[in-house]
Amino acid sequence: MSAVEVRGLKKSYGEIEAVKGVDFDVQPGETFGFLGPNGAGKSTTIKILCTLAKASGGSASVAGFDVTSQRDQVRRHIGLVFQDTTLDNYLTAELNLRFHAELYGMPRESVAPRLEQVLKMVGLWDRKDSKVITFSGGMKRRLEIARGLMHSPRVLFLDEPTVGLDPQTRASIWQYIHELRQQEEITIFLTTHYMDEAEQCDRIAIMDHGLLVALDTPAALKASVGTDRVTIRTSDDEEALKRLPDAIQTGDGIVLNVEDGEGYVPKLFAELGVPITNVSISKPSLDDVFLSYTGRTIRDSEVNPGMPAFFAAMRR
Amino acid sequence: MTTLPVASVVVPKRTFALDARAIKIVVQRDLIRTFQDRTRFISQLIQPVLFLFVLGSGLSSLTGSATGPIDLRTFMFPGVLATSTLFTAMFSAMSIVWDREFGFLREMLVAPVRRSSIILGKALGGATIATAQAVIVMVLGAFVHVPYTFGLVLTLLAEVFLLSFTLTAFGLAIVARITQVQTVMGLMQMLLLPLSFLSGALYPLSNLPTWLSIVVRFNPLTYAVHPVRTAVFAHLTLPDTVRQRLNPPLTWFGWDVPTWMQLGLVAVMGIGLMLVAIRQFQRVE
Ligand SMILES: Nc1ncnc2c1ncn2[C@@H]1O[C@H](COP(=O)(O)OP(=O)(O)OP(=O)(O)O)[C@@H](O)[C@H]1O
Ligand SMILES: [Mg+2]
Repeated sequence: MSAVEVRGLKKSYGEIEAVKGVDFDVQPGETFGFLGPNGAGKSTTIKILCTLAKASGGSASVAGFDVTSQRDQVRRHIGLVFQDTTLDNYLTAELNLRFHAELYGMPRESVAPRLEQVLKMVGLWDRKDSKVITFSGGMKRRLEIARGLMHSPRVLFLDEPTVGLDPQTRASIWQYIHELRQQEEITIFLTTHYMDEAEQCDRIAIMDHGLLVALDTPAALKASVGTDRVTIRTSDDEEALKRLPDAIQTGDGIVLNVEDGEGYVPKLFAELGVPITNVSISKPSLDDVFLSYTGRTIRDSEVNPGMPAFFAAMRR
Repeated sequence: MTTLPVASVVVPKRTFALDARAIKIVVQRDLIRTFQDRTRFISQLIQPVLFLFVLGSGLSSLTGSATGPIDLRTFMFPGVLATSTLFTAMFSAMSIVWDREFGFLREMLVAPVRRSSIILGKALGGATIATAQAVIVMVLGAFVHVPYTFGLVLTLLAEVFLLSFTLTAFGLAIVARITQVQTVMGLMQMLLLPLSFLSGALYPLSNLPTWLSIVVRFNPLTYAVHPVRTAVFAHLTLPDTVRQRLNPPLTWFGWDVPTWMQLGLVAVMGIGLMLVAIRQFQRVE
């Protein structure tokens, strides 16, 4: 039995088709990465899977229970860290965690020690009595994760869990996730815009405009792109783009995907006719996979939260 | 930062105890939030004070002996008690729209408990807060000659608790689908004053124009105000004519609706509205 099973899932908000029919399975114990540009429909899919939104079409099950007809059952098997904050700003950090522990029926005697452990992991133990409203954005995020990791569910959904966190905190959270994966049979469903996090996943699905455009292991995906990536900066990008019909403009410069980068660059210098000011060659990475499937780099899709079209238009 | 020992995977059992814990913590949170926010708690007491001591005292000079041997403010007290319960209960229900706007509602809605437990917790929380507030209003009542006995205090508290539960459930059923605080503010303004003005909270049900006497009988609040007033009047010694005028029986086509039935009606409405609210939240996005 799959931990998550999604068949022809659709969701529209009025005119907007957020999810346009996706199919995939996540195996028990798997860490499944969900990638895609802003607005691709990742969070919407998660909302349906955790019973917060109703699908407009298709079906889905989590831990073997249908997300429409067996909602209470589904909720007993899942845990979440949402993308948007879901803390009570007017309660203290400690009370937020206590509330969670009660709602999730944690054994009473385990609540106090666990609370201390998770707060220490995210470095908020000394602020446990402060109201959440006095926290910085990153501190709220840390508290949110601490709360999500107080107990372990069968299926753990993490929607961009570490966005905006400092490197040490991210590292210690990932350390925990690794141990969790090793010691427990837990399925982790993760969305992220960070490549290093995507690399940790057993399999990755890339979503764009409400559809799955790729689904495989990180290694297989990289192999499927197969080409080297040449990035150039020129003194006249517009002209260069005209002469290179296969090239894509990104925040890093003009990108070309070619079989043999080292052999291609000298030819490019000789034949382009537009002065090249900078050049780099890289072997396929997940970023390239992302780029080739969505037309954007992961970084591009992250630095423009909410307004990708606007910024993309500015750049053209 | 230290490393954290891994929590083992646990699937919470589907037990009544777990739902009871959820209900309790939802109530507790509402209480903590309310008593932390003293401004709100106090501002909700201003209204009954205004009604009783300002409006009541002012109108007394106008009505003079129209209320016979009893103080107009004693007459108004049951209505003021019910109205302040209405406001507090509805504001309590409204808090769920804030919870939604600030995201916290999601934390509750994905928990491994029945949605009905969350909603029940909210309704009980609202009822508890409104009843606590009513205790203070009842203290004010002592200054306007409400003839308290131990029995009357208990009766009033029980009636207020029942009423506030129903009203919070009513509020929850209304706000379930509302996503913006803005919208709910407007809606409440539209609802609250008409509900209290059309309930007989501030005037007796005798000698009303026909249209008004009909509307009043359709207002659920009427069936809560009347038992409260009847309880207070039972402790007053009054000539029958005055009693008839100030606290006439609540009738349907000339038939006296007994108090137990009025309270029963409020309870049935409370349960009905709870079911509506639960259904609404089960479909909620
Ligand atoms: N409540 C809603 N009402 C209307 N439209 C919505 C709603 N929620 C999401 N959408 C739309 O659905 C689409 C998908 O949004 P979603 O939040 O799933 O994207 P995402 O992949 O999680 O993006 P991001 O990387 O920015 O988190 C977007 O076009 C968004 O505008
Ligand atoms: Mg998202």
